[in-house]
Amino acid sequence: MRIAILGFGSVGRGIARALLAKDLDITVTGLADSRSGIIDAGGIDLAAALAQKENGGPCGNAGVSPGDVVAKAEYDVLVEVTPTNVETGEPALGHIREALRRGRHVVTSNKGPIALAYPELRALAEANGVLLKYEATVCGAIPLIHAMQEGLAGNTISRLYGVFNGTCNYILTRMAAEGLTYEQALAEARDLGYAEADPTYDVEGIDAGVKLVILANALLDLHTTLDDVERTGITLLSPEALQLAEDQDCTIRLIGEIIPGAGVLRVSPRIIPKIHPLVVEGTLNAVTVEADLAGDLTFIGKGAGSAETASAVIGDLLYIQSRHVKGS
Amino acid sequence: MKLEMKDQPGQLVAALKPISAVGGNIIAVIHQRETSTPAEALDVQIVLELPEGRLPNLLELFREQGVSVVRIGEERLLYECTLIMIGHLMHTDLSDTVDQIDRTGSAEVTELSLVMPAIDAPSSARITIRSTTRAEMKRAIRILSAVAKQKDLLIIEPLEDA
Ligand SMILES: NC(=O)c1ccc[n+]([C@@H]2O[C@H](COP(=O)([O-])OP(=O)(O)OC[C@H]3O[C@@H](n4cnc5c(N)ncnc54)[C@H](OP(=O)(O)O)[C@@H]3O)[C@@H](O)[C@H]2O)c1
Repeated sequence: MRIAILGFGSVGRGIARALLAKDLDITVTGLADSRSGIIDAGGIDLAAALAQKENGGPCGNAGVSPGDVVAKAEYDVLVEVTPTNVETGEPALGHIREALRRGRHVVTSNKGPIALAYPELRALAEANGVLLKYEATVCGAIPLIHAMQEGLAGNTISRLYGVFNGTCNYILTRMAAEGLTYEQALAEARDLGYAEADPTYDVEGIDAGVKLVILANALLDLHTTLDDVERTGITLLSPEALQLAEDQDCTIRLIGEIIPGAGVLRVSPRIIPKIHPLVVEGTLNAVTVEADLAGDLTFIGKGAGSAETASAVIGDLLYIQSRHVKGS
Repeated sequence: MKLEMKDQPGQLVAALKPISAVGGNIIAVIHQRETSTPAEALDVQIVLELPEGRLPNLLELFREQGVSVVRIGEERLLYECTLIMIGHLMHTDLSDTVDQIDRTGSAEVTELSLVMPAIDAPSSARITIRSTTRAEMKRAIRILSAVAKQKDLLIIEPLEDA
């Protein structure tokens, strides 16, 4: 199977490393970062591209743009792993549309296009007889979307809730454990690379909200946007509040919650017993799904990371390979 | 509310009917073998919710059915919910905040722990509300949320309902 990869950052390089380490019968014929690209139908030398990138260089040639890779490379699947833009979804959205129109499957870790345009993209994929997969957009390594689409296919989901943002979970874990203020815990998260210089997207619950929108639209047949999510972040939380919770053997976590029947779609800090399965430490993610036949299921795992996110992307790729790409 | 009665044949069925007749809602039926009484005599406890003012009515129906109630434990505020508030709680009149819930008559603030770390810094409080029914609890939380919005306070609700 031939793939083209857009984006050669943490996730893109994680995919490249996994492809080098394992014999998955996947050839990369196109690759681009923000400044350069390569198209090679015979297969790109990933080790060389990784080395070049890790030395601070571009992954390819300045004359080749991401648009060129999408339009001209010979690939079965486009892997879109460039930065998320939750307002426009661009430039990823345009690239995904183009690949689908060309009759190519698409696998992405980019939340923007899926949260903004899932129904349209899905229809476009169907019209062209290809698949659009996005496991990595929600909870990194946890195969939540696959579990809900395949394993729980016959179930009605009455509620889905959990910890969708590792950065917030890390901050709250540290505030509870050490009595740190929000600012102190945030500074620590930044030092460790868990929080961006501008942490707004995480700490205001936008990231968790976008993930709820993806799950609601793609798996629960709701038609929602980020504006429909009732959203409260963690920036105002005090160490005293965590202590007051602690006094009752509880703690506080940022919880995303969907109750399809009641129209609930919300992200907010909640008081939760410390023995509750969703109380996970550090940057972990955890999600409980309440299903009518299966009962309650809780998934816990790494919500981010280079290899972890690559795991979800590769799972999608092999799904496509085993079902839809023949003789390659 | 808790009713206790002897479990003689037929008593339980005779007791359950009138409860629904007066609009009550049975929450639990608990059998208790009391060591002090003869072996075959079981105590039955029925925990139920009753609309305000229906108790005399129910007791009357029980008498007609020949159900003998041993003890009535009336606990009006069955539901409990603990929340945390953060913000300028004193400057925004905490007693008024509490009052808005107490004024409903069907929900009350029964406990409040307040921590004020420094003058002018936001304070944090744990607030316990009790109510007669689940619906009243929802209403009380809605009221609290509305007040919080007005006063620019952050309310942290529990993950699970009361
Ligand atoms: N990291 C995670 O753990 C994780 C987990 C789940 C989902 N995701 C999502 O996965 C995506 C990638 O994340 P990441 O952590 O790998 O990001 P990253 O480390 O910032 O890397 C982004 C890559 O995309 C390239 N890029 C930027 N704009 C581009 C454009 N217009 N066309 C082509 N390439 C472009 C960048 O190029 P340069 O190298 O030239 O800057 C870089 O190589 C994001 O949407 C993110 O939300 C990430």
